[in-house]
Amino acid sequence: MSGVWVWIEHEEGNVVSVGLEALGTARRIAGDLGEMVTAVVTGHEVQGVADQAFNYGADAVLGADDETLAGFRVEAHGPLVAHLVEEREPAVFLTGNSIDGRDLAAWVAAQLDLGLVPDGTGVRVEDGTVVVTRPVYAGKLLSDAVVTDGVQVITLRSRAFAQAEETGGSGEAEWVDPVVAEEEVPTKIAGFESAGGQVSLTDARIIVSGGRGVGGPEGFEPIRELAEVLGGAVGASRATVDAGWIPYDHQVGQTGKTVSPDLYIANGISGAIQHQAGMRTSKVIVAVNTDPDAPIFKIAHYGIVADLFDVVPALTEEFRKRLD
Amino acid sequence: MKVVVCVKQTPSTTAVFSVDGSGNVSWEDPGGKPHVVNPWDEYAVEEAIRLQEEHGGDAIALTLGDEESKEALKTCLAMGCTEAIVVSDEAFAGSDTRGTARVLAAAIEKLEDVDVAFFGKQAIDGDTGLTPMQVAVTLGWTPLTFVSAIKEIDFDGGSITVERLVQGGKQTATASLPVAISVVKEINEPRYPSFMGIRKANRATIPTWTAADLEVEEGVAGAFASKVEWSNIYEPPPRDTSVEIIEAETVEEQAKILADRLFEEKVI
Ligand SMILES: Cc1cc2nc3c(=O)[nH]c(=O)nc-3n(C[C@H](O)[C@H](O)[C@H](O)COP(=O)(O)OP(=O)(O)OC[C@H]3O[C@@H](n4cnc5c(N)ncnc54)[C@H](O)[C@@H]3O)c2cc1C
Ligand SMILES: Nc1ncnc2c1ncn2[C@@H]1O[C@H](COP(=O)(O)O)[C@@H](O)[C@H]1O
Repeated sequence: MSGVWVWIEHEEGNVVSVGLEALGTARRIAGDLGEMVTAVVTGHEVQGVADQAFNYGADAVLGADDETLAGFRVEAHGPLVAHLVEEREPAVFLTGNSIDGRDLAAWVAAQLDLGLVPDGTGVRVEDGTVVVTRPVYAGKLLSDAVVTDGVQVITLRSRAFAQAEETGGSGEAEWVDPVVAEEEVPTKIAGFESAGGQVSLTDARIIVSGGRGVGGPEGFEPIRELAEVLGGAVGASRATVDAGWIPYDHQVGQTGKTVSPDLYIANGISGAIQHQAGMRTSKVIVAVNTDPDAPIFKIAHYGIVADLFDVVPALTEEFRKRLD
Repeated sequence: MKVVVCVKQTPSTTAVFSVDGSGNVSWEDPGGKPHVVNPWDEYAVEEAIRLQEEHGGDAIALTLGDEESKEALKTCLAMGCTEAIVVSDEAFAGSDTRGTARVLAAAIEKLEDVDVAFFGKQAIDGDTGLTPMQVAVTLGWTPLTFVSAIKEIDFDGGSITVERLVQGGKQTATASLPVAISVVKEINEPRYPSFMGIRKANRATIPTWTAADLEVEEGVAGAFASKVEWSNIYEPPPRDTSVEIIEAETVEEQAKILADRLFEEKVI
């Protein structure tokens, strides 16, 4: 078994951020292990993705380019990647822990009976093995895990790792034939409704969130304005989602999304343990709350004890001046 | 029609954890409810019950755990599941997700003619979210993860159309039964157990299946077969929790000071 493989997630012909993070991590692990990095590219019309993988440091690109692989269906991509892993036996197989990345890794591990450590937030090499640090119990504890036998399948949490850097590399990809035909893929994608070009919460560098303190659906207006000025995404507590003030895709927390932005601004959010579970790993946390004893201040780096309807517009104004 | 819903008993979301010198994890719950049905699984249970109410047949709750996890199954029965089964055997303790998936798959096979197996998105203890896919692959069924709505299901024709929450939006996918579905919170609003339901659940007998009842391949389940070693479990290093409260005469000044800090931190 040799080599570090990384599955490259892409969208509309471009490698997505979690793909670059996985590639950057593969490079680092491969350096420590003294191995080569192979980028695995699967999809339709993905020559450009292969070129990007070389440009971001892959030593080799292996994959398949076929119509059955258009869009992501795990029943088409899974058997193909499993076949390649079985045939060539890499030491390590990495993906991002996105919806598709995790599905793919789980498929490959199940089909080939491999050990899998998902959702790593840290990786290091010790005695030739990759040790993965990952949060458990909603981040209340951390654990170090290793795959003890066979290919080490690992998925990486979004935004927990540095992206690969451009190297200017290039090369010839090796393309193989897909292993399943369209008739053998029972799942058909019948439609897609885009969330409308909003910054996705899990990818966002900056998140501005609102809690029950916003008082109603219209209370999210100032929150949205601040997010827009900062180029960030809008988050929400469960209380506001349950009240129907904002759709569920915005919910941050244990039963919502787990996010780890550079900056998280919590407005009118008390900071319940279940909310913290989804955002405590943010780099810098700012809390705006009228109650100086709100638990959110226990994990915040900066706090303002005041009415969010005064503070948020003032912040929007201030950043608008500076960022223009 | 027959649907199964896989539920796990987990610590409550408010549990406070501690780890002793030998790495054993224990927890206490300030609310006095240390064990709950994994919150994500409540949505799966609700969806299974709704199908059962609409189409008749069985909605069976299934768990792999210890005898104590029967409590979680009672909640499922009280909500409206028609049957519940616990799979419990020392031989299965300490399984990794692939071991767990093999055991659950074997139990689903034993139930025969299951059309849909429901799962939560992830269990809030290990937070892996791997089990639904791994059960699907083991059974050779179609996996449908992150399902936010069942738009159509035709048990006679053997087809299903679902909406999935995927990166960047919502996808509509069709597939043929049987399927393994993991659900997200958007799919429904789980009901509370009714008083009658609780009484019924307390009287119900919940059978325990052991390794002897199931056909699980040698060497895949149990601690011994696990290919993942949790070498170390520990409390996260305390984060730098000293909060700087920004005070000034006016909010405009507060905003200015905060903006300065955030530029210094290089997060903007
Ligand atoms: C199983 C389970 C899962 C859960 N999962 C999640 C989850 O994923 N995400 C989540 O968020 N919650 C979750 N919760 C709910 C959680 O326990 C809290 O109930 C919820 O987070 C509270 O939301 P909140 O902070 O917006 O509201 P509150 O707790 O009501 O806090 C509102 C805050 O706003 C402040 N405020 C009011 N007016 C103003 C103003 N004008 N200006 C500034 N501040 C103001 C108040 O001082 C208060 O601190 C879960 C609960 C359970 C039991
Ligand atoms: N021991 C178990 N018994 C029954 N169902 C389980 C068990 N472990 C996991 N599941 C199911 O698989 C889902 C995902 O769990 P996990 O992969 O552990 O995050 C859960 O929401 C449950 O529906």
